[in-house]
Amino acid sequence: MIAAKELARHFDVSRPWLQRKLAGEPTRTLRAVDGVTFDIPKGTTLSLVGESGCGKSTVARLVVGLYRPTSGEVLFEGRDLSAARASPEQRRRMQMIFQDPYASLNPRWRVHDIVAEPIRAFGLVPNPAQQRERVAELLRQVGLSPLDGGKYPHEFSGGQRQRISIARALSSNPEFLVCDEPTSALDVSVQAQILNLMKQLQRDLGLTFLFISHNLAVVRQVSDRIGVMYLGRIVELAESESLFIRPRHPYTRALMEAIPDLEMTGRSRTPVGGEVPSPISPPSGCTFHPRCPLANDRCRAEAPALLDGVACHAVQEGRG
Amino acid sequence: MLLEVKDLRVEFPTRRGVLTALNGVSFSIAPGEVLGVVGESGAGKSMTGAAIIGLLEPPGRIAGGEIRLEGERIDNLPYEKMRRIRGKRIGAIFQDPLTTLNPLYTVGRQLVETMQAHLPLSDAEARQRAIGWLEQVGIPAAAQRIDAYPHQFSGGMRQRVVIALALCAEPQLIVADEPTTALDVSIQAQIIALLKRLAREQRTAIMLVTHDMGVIAETADRVAVMYAGRIIEIGPVRQVVRHAQHPYTAGLMASIPPLDRRVERLAQIDGAMPRLNAIPPGCPFSPRCPEVFERCRVARPELMPAGATDAACWLHDQPGAPA
Ligand SMILES: Nc1ncnc2c1ncn2[C@@H]1O[C@H](COP(=O)(O)OP(=O)(O)OP(=O)(O)O)[C@@H](O)[C@H]1O
Ligand SMILES: Nc1ncnc2c1ncn2[C@@H]1O[C@H](COP(=O)(O)OP(=O)(O)O)[C@@H](O)[C@H]1O
Ligand code: SF4
Ligand code: SF4
Ligand SMILES: [Mg+2]
Ligand SMILES: [Mg+2]
Repeated sequence: MIAAKELARHFDVSRPWLQRKLAGEPTRTLRAVDGVTFDIPKGTTLSLVGESGCGKSTVARLVVGLYRPTSGEVLFEGRDLSAARASPEQRRRMQMIFQDPYASLNPRWRVHDIVAEPIRAFGLVPNPAQQRERVAELLRQVGLSPLDGGKYPHEFSGGQRQRISIARALSSNPEFLVCDEPTSALDVSVQAQILNLMKQLQRDLGLTFLFISHNLAVVRQVSDRIGVMYLGRIVELAESESLFIRPRHPYTRALMEAIPDLEMTGRSRTPVGGEVPSPISPPSGCTFHPRCPLANDRCRAEAPALLDGVACHAVQEGRG
Repeated sequence: MLLEVKDLRVEFPTRRGVLTALNGVSFSIAPGEVLGVVGESGAGKSMTGAAIIGLLEPPGRIAGGEIRLEGERIDNLPYEKMRRIRGKRIGAIFQDPLTTLNPLYTVGRQLVETMQAHLPLSDAEARQRAIGWLEQVGIPAAAQRIDAYPHQFSGGMRQRVVIALALCAEPQLIVADEPTTALDVSIQAQIIALLKRLAREQRTAIMLVTHDMGVIAETADRVAVMYAGRIIEIGPVRQVVRHAQHPYTAGLMASIPPLDRRVERLAQIDGAMPRLNAIPPGCPFSPRCPEVFERCRVARPELMPAGATDAACWLHDQPGAPA
């Protein structure tokens, strides 16, 4: 249904022109996303995981057309995204749920109007009484009360606001949903409701999801396939269960070891050593090499390509 | 006890009437102890932290009960006095780093000034310590980065600077509200390890608010579970996580997605926490409770001994109840 081909997005993070010239600095480019390829068949969920700043949200924004790619392309049902987004009917079909429940809601609108806006904009339910009913149903679906429709966003806590933005995203009956950390701001009980809701919507309506999260336990519950990102690239792409049973890339394995575990009260976990390097001046070769226990000279010189679902020399040479 | 909170009540006067955001909240924290506070969003976790550090957002106000630090009441102090306690004896870490950092000063200057306001340190000593704190919270190349401005740091790094700022005056009590929620697991592990070390070595008491049960499980000694402005269960972390005595806690634990397998449907607690202006009579959890019985709808349970924890649930006050 949706596919990304060698997708890249670079940002110019140079200082203002005059200051730069005075200091004699070159321009600086941040490669937030640097050659990402995947496809998501209709009715399935692809998840992207990875540390903060690795480019997950940037991919999400590229995929729904909020950013233009620096190079590469996004195809929606085989058509280039910008062509697909030209028609309102196509735009209705893809919606995004953002990471930050504070920033994504208009503070001056009542919840009812926030949720109803896409319904009105796309002319989905013409009759106001039916509209009210639809909004009430959406609010109930996300665990809010229809009475909440009369309130303003600031009257809700963070988790409650995230439910409002999910209700809004669902209101245009989309077929493809991009969810950027939809439950990260939520407590576990609401998270369980939202994840169950998403899975049920997928079963009932055949929704397709691009799901972004740094919580691997959450990702395991919802994904068909998982892409592990590191510094703007996908370093491993696999069926969800096989990724958990047999993680192959050294970074994937490190991520799994760093997870706090409920069962082992008091246990200390193994953090991924080192720091995420700056995407402005990424390390040479395989960008994971400064933190990788298996790195050798080849890794420092030559970037590994994604072959058979994993971008790692050691795995490809059979020494992983 | 270092911190004692007794019967705390916080109210918000609004146009539609007075909302009671916290009602009869009591707990204590000993030196060197980490108390985890969990619960659904809106349960009153942040509000409890804000009341302790004297930073309730107006028109919110403490309407009853008391808060004591080393036996001395701090809930009724004049603003200036409380401000000094806040810097020196109680450190606060909030989720949003931008509200705590001054964008106009370098990170180093903010750390140095905070330390010098509370500790007798020369400029050189303070600078040296500032670098040390930045290293402790995992800022690489701290000596070079100390003169950078907050905007030159990534979001996660700013959050770590905020943590360093809260710790650098060596407070007796740290109130940390979702300190690691915005951080990656790898950095999170580092911050958690630092907080644990402070509790163990400096005997710092920590109130750790988070909805990440994994973080609680590996950090807290005891856990308080909040629901609709009350503590509904409190006890040792192992007992609360593994043998919850309150049906809400049990539901909360069951809804954590497992890491080791995929389940078709996660256990969930149906319905939503009641709004503050619509808390039902009797047990506030009764409309959602799978074990509700008649008494629950008419009489409000207070915390009572239940197994190895204290729980506010009538199931533990029946003849032959598993006390
Ligand atoms: N508009 C922008 N201008 C400059 N740099 C940007 C911009 N948007 C993102 N970046 C940078 O691109 C990189 C990837 O950002 P992105 O928001 O995609 O990260 P992420 O993986 O979603 O992280 P998180 O888990 O923290 O949300 C980061 O280094 C970020 O600082
Ligand atoms: N300024 C305010 N006016 C009215 N109610 C508020 C205000 N701020 C918070 N609340 C309410 O107080 C309750 C507790 O909030 P909070 O302590 O932030 O919850 P938590 O930290 O547990 O998510 C919530 O029901 C919230 O909606
Ligand atoms: S390519 Fe080399 S450095 Fe990169 S992950 Fe594989 S072994 Fe490690
Ligand atoms: S008091 Fe009754 S309703 Fe409340 S938690 Fe216990 S059993 Fe459930
Ligand atoms: Mg993001
Ligand atoms: Mg809060």
